[in-house]
Amino acid sequence: MPAKEYVGLSQINGPLIFIQKPTNVGYNEVVEIMIRNEKRLGQVVQISDQMAMIQVFEGTNGLTIDKTRVKFLGKPLMIKVSDEMLGRIFNGIGQPIDNGPEILTGDSRDMNGSPINPVSRMYPRNFIQTGISAIDALMTLIRGQKLPIFSGNGLPHNRIAVQITKQAKLKGEEAGNFAIVFAAMGIKHDEANFIRESLEQSGAIKNTIMFLNLADDPAIERIATPRVALTAAEYLAFDKNLHVLVLLTDMTNYCEALRELATARGEVPSRKGYPGYLYSDLASVYERAGMIKDRNGSITQIPILSMPNDDITHPIPDLTGYITEGQIVLNRDLNRKGIYPPIGVLQSLSRLMKDGIGKGYTRDDHPHVSSQLFASYSRVQEVKALASIIGEEELTDSDKSYLRFGEAFENEFLKQGEDEDRSIEETLDLGWKLLGYLPKIELTRVSEKEIADHYKEIKEI
Amino acid sequence: MDKTGEMYFINGPVVKAKKMTGFMMHEMVLVGNVKLTGEIISLEGDDATIQVYEETTGLKPGEPVSGTGDLLSVTLGPGLIGSVFDGIQRPLDVLKAQSGDFLERGVIANALDMKKAWDVQMPNVKNGDQVVGGQVIATVKETSSVIHKIMIPPSISGIAQNVKSSGKYTIDTSLMTVTSDDGDHEIKLYQRWPVRIPRPYIERLAPKEPLVTGIRVIDTLFPISKGGTAAIPGGFGTGKTVVQHQLAKWADADVIIYIGCGERGNEMTEVLEEFPQLIDPRNGKPLMERTILIANTSNMPVSAREASIYTGITMAEYFRDMGYNVALMADSTSRWAEALREISGRLEEMPAEEGFPPYLASRIGDFYERAGRAKVIGDDQRIGSVSVIGAVSPPGGDFSEPVTTGTKRFIRCFWELDRQLANARHHPSINWLDSYSEYTSELKAWVSKNVDEKFYNMRDRFMQILTEDDTLQQIIKLVGEDVLPDGQKLIVRVANMIKVGYLQQDAFSDVDSNCQLKKQDEMLKIILNYYDRANKLVSKGVVVSEVLDDDIVNTIMRMKENIPNDKIEAFKDVETKINEFFDQLDKKYQVSVEA
Ligand SMILES: Nc1ncnc2c1ncn2[C@@H]1O[C@H](COP(=O)(O)OP(=O)(O)O)[C@@H](O)[C@H]1O
Ligand SMILES: [Mg+2]
Repeated sequence: MPAKEYVGLSQINGPLIFIQKPTNVGYNEVVEIMIRNEKRLGQVVQISDQMAMIQVFEGTNGLTIDKTRVKFLGKPLMIKVSDEMLGRIFNGIGQPIDNGPEILTGDSRDMNGSPINPVSRMYPRNFIQTGISAIDALMTLIRGQKLPIFSGNGLPHNRIAVQITKQAKLKGEEAGNFAIVFAAMGIKHDEANFIRESLEQSGAIKNTIMFLNLADDPAIERIATPRVALTAAEYLAFDKNLHVLVLLTDMTNYCEALRELATARGEVPSRKGYPGYLYSDLASVYERAGMIKDRNGSITQIPILSMPNDDITHPIPDLTGYITEGQIVLNRDLNRKGIYPPIGVLQSLSRLMKDGIGKGYTRDDHPHVSSQLFASYSRVQEVKALASIIGEEELTDSDKSYLRFGEAFENEFLKQGEDEDRSIEETLDLGWKLLGYLPKIELTRVSEKEIADHYKEIKEI
Repeated sequence: MDKTGEMYFINGPVVKAKKMTGFMMHEMVLVGNVKLTGEIISLEGDDATIQVYEETTGLKPGEPVSGTGDLLSVTLGPGLIGSVFDGIQRPLDVLKAQSGDFLERGVIANALDMKKAWDVQMPNVKNGDQVVGGQVIATVKETSSVIHKIMIPPSISGIAQNVKSSGKYTIDTSLMTVTSDDGDHEIKLYQRWPVRIPRPYIERLAPKEPLVTGIRVIDTLFPISKGGTAAIPGGFGTGKTVVQHQLAKWADADVIIYIGCGERGNEMTEVLEEFPQLIDPRNGKPLMERTILIANTSNMPVSAREASIYTGITMAEYFRDMGYNVALMADSTSRWAEALREISGRLEEMPAEEGFPPYLASRIGDFYERAGRAKVIGDDQRIGSVSVIGAVSPPGGDFSEPVTTGTKRFIRCFWELDRQLANARHHPSINWLDSYSEYTSELKAWVSKNVDEKFYNMRDRFMQILTEDDTLQQIIKLVGEDVLPDGQKLIVRVANMIKVGYLQQDAFSDVDSNCQLKKQDEMLKIILNYYDRANKLVSKGVVVSEVLDDDIVNTIMRMKENIPNDKIEAFKDVETKINEFFDQLDKKYQVSVEA
């Protein structure tokens, strides 16, 4: 059926255009918009017998009511997926921008994907060693997990993400056994360049597909970017059996684009002007991670978002945390103290670690050590608060030992080099060493046997 | 006969159709050429608004909407137990067989296996007998844990004819014909029931027995009854899902219905992989043999999420009607409320608070009111119960939002999860000061009789110590612990013993994941005995450091991990050890031991 073309619009409003009395147009179908010789893409976001409402990915700048031509393509936004995409760079809606050829071979896939049937999923249990102590010991990354980084302006989330991509490996495997899909939404050129150059240096670039929508690219396009990227990732993981690491950055810009669109549509907002369906919308992105029974690949997602005003209760980090399998929260105070990576461990969490650590996975004592480090470091915060009121000298001996432990924990355990790749054994041993600052009776989370095997009290100097 | 209307508007899961005169409110309809399942949610003149339970991409104005003549209903019969359904009761394994690892649209699947032949026992009813709604006419051993009772559907009564004898039958077989005033009814192994209408019962009964959960902070401090209602509110990562999973594993109910409502796919997978391996402590059978899962995860269609809790509670009522104690977990009711909000927003209804529709609270109320302990219909005075435990996910962890406050009005147990505790990895992070249970007085008689007369006394003393500790903690924050008098220092230390050695309970521990009431009782006794003996010395002027012996404290802190449920007698040793320790101190300081 030849696609029907319409000339002229009835209305243009922000990112939306409207066409009167469309016939045979489906909800969500993709639309080609022509103005002069320029072609743009859009999508039907509401349809009735009277009117089609279309969001234009590249924005409505320069469109006219009378001359704009619109063609309905009768299918949702599809992208071509194939192996040829590895090593290539695309824009936010999947068109090549590296002067290379169009992707010609391969399957066309709906960028929205379909939900994985919960009974088809395989529960992820494989420990990924990132070489970063805080992560490996306390918020362990599991293959097939979605584990976001909650960051803020000026914090080193990109450096951490790059360090993870460089060092990530399964026990007994080489690093770099991943394909990488990198989706940028509204980030600065410098940031995108930093990530690209780092991947070039490590040689990972040939196994990487990049989708770039940068700060000066059209905002509405960002709504498609993570979906396009995940469509490619699903192909690599579930058709080609690759382990795929997907970096999505910055989800905050994505959400803002969604808000812009919702506002233009005149929808009833919920918190902070974001649409009521933000949770479901984010879930349709984040849930495209995981493993499937009888297929060998996996999708591990590391979305990055910046918390507006460092506020973790802001709807974007909040709803993200409700969907993802944990979060790595960066902390400005630690960053100010010069601690890299500045991971605020108490607010961070990996929900999947409980099934991927310990006996048969990492080391027997891992679950208890991590629980003990959390509990003790949490006590450090209370002692610090007290010390700031009554003075350190007035603290009990036990409380003083917490201060020493806290100091060492931040400077020896959290802090490490950007190229420093610690094995899980080194990390756990280091944890035990620091627990030596605390009296034995305080260690209620580890077993008596583990204490006998690993604990060595550090006497005051 | 078949009514057909015409779609003219599509916005996400909401579509509108015209030429709809003659359709029923809440009728199930098939939408578009691909026949997506939907439900009519409003009728106005010739127009209907429909919520569609599947992704609406590609639907076009002009496509047909056809009626089914049925309200949105579930199929109730043998085969429910052990199954995983989506929000509108399509079995996910059947969907997988039809469309693969990714969910496709427009797939129609029978809720129950129509081909499987069940061993049906029909000992009681003979031709010519009078039967009434709710009467059990046959039984089927559905799994090793559950005897499925085939009942006459609620509204039918009359004379039984054509009664089959025991044998192997598929669920579509007519077991008898019941002749009543309004004609003949075939009674099959299954019945259908509309999900939005509560199933009838004879009489609501007061709570009496606890739903034992194996979680100490719940069973001891904030117990729930069989037939009770509870809410678990908490920000992300505070432990709602783990508590719900623990309840599904260890609660002493006959049937568990677990609804994953708008949450993670992997959490359902986890249950599916774990439960067949885990052993039901009541009977030694795999836990999956008493469990039904409803999985409408966050990325599945939002309106089916709205339906999922009704699908679940209707199944719960059905097993209640057999005389069983059913426990239903819904994780998370906030996602259900948000689904209501999303649909309401697309209908352009006038919102009340935070975009939620004004009828939010009454819908929450309707749902929780379907819980309860009841004398069920039928001829033999059965009693059954439905307990409902709903997780609530307040935005930003702020408990003043509409879903939390709306829920609080209708539940009687409030297990408030605390961000601070969760960050310190004190789990379950149920706050012991702000949580409450309204069932304690009603359950006291049962616990006194079946566990220990002093159980609730000891519970009250725990609460008292924790409350005093809270006051003392305010002082400590300002001036440190050192300045407290020794008597108060002891309270702080004992409170710490209660928090670390009793309330904190690792869900993933082999020994401590499930703690039975007898063990809880022993632990209460040990801690309070320690406190009383220590207090006696301290109040006589003995310095507190004398009673805080490392070895004794360590023994108390670790008893939860060191003594399993089936070695309760080992608590005697702990008791003896503590008593010997204090006997010695008493002698040293010459405090006489009173009887
Ligand atoms: N009782 C518990 N014992 C041990 N760990 C727990 C317990 N409850 C929660 N946790 C930890 O907290 C994490 C988050 O819990 P979860 O129930 O998924 O939170 P929520 O559903 O509130 O987001 C879990 O992955 C686990 O690591
Ligand atoms: Mg949860």
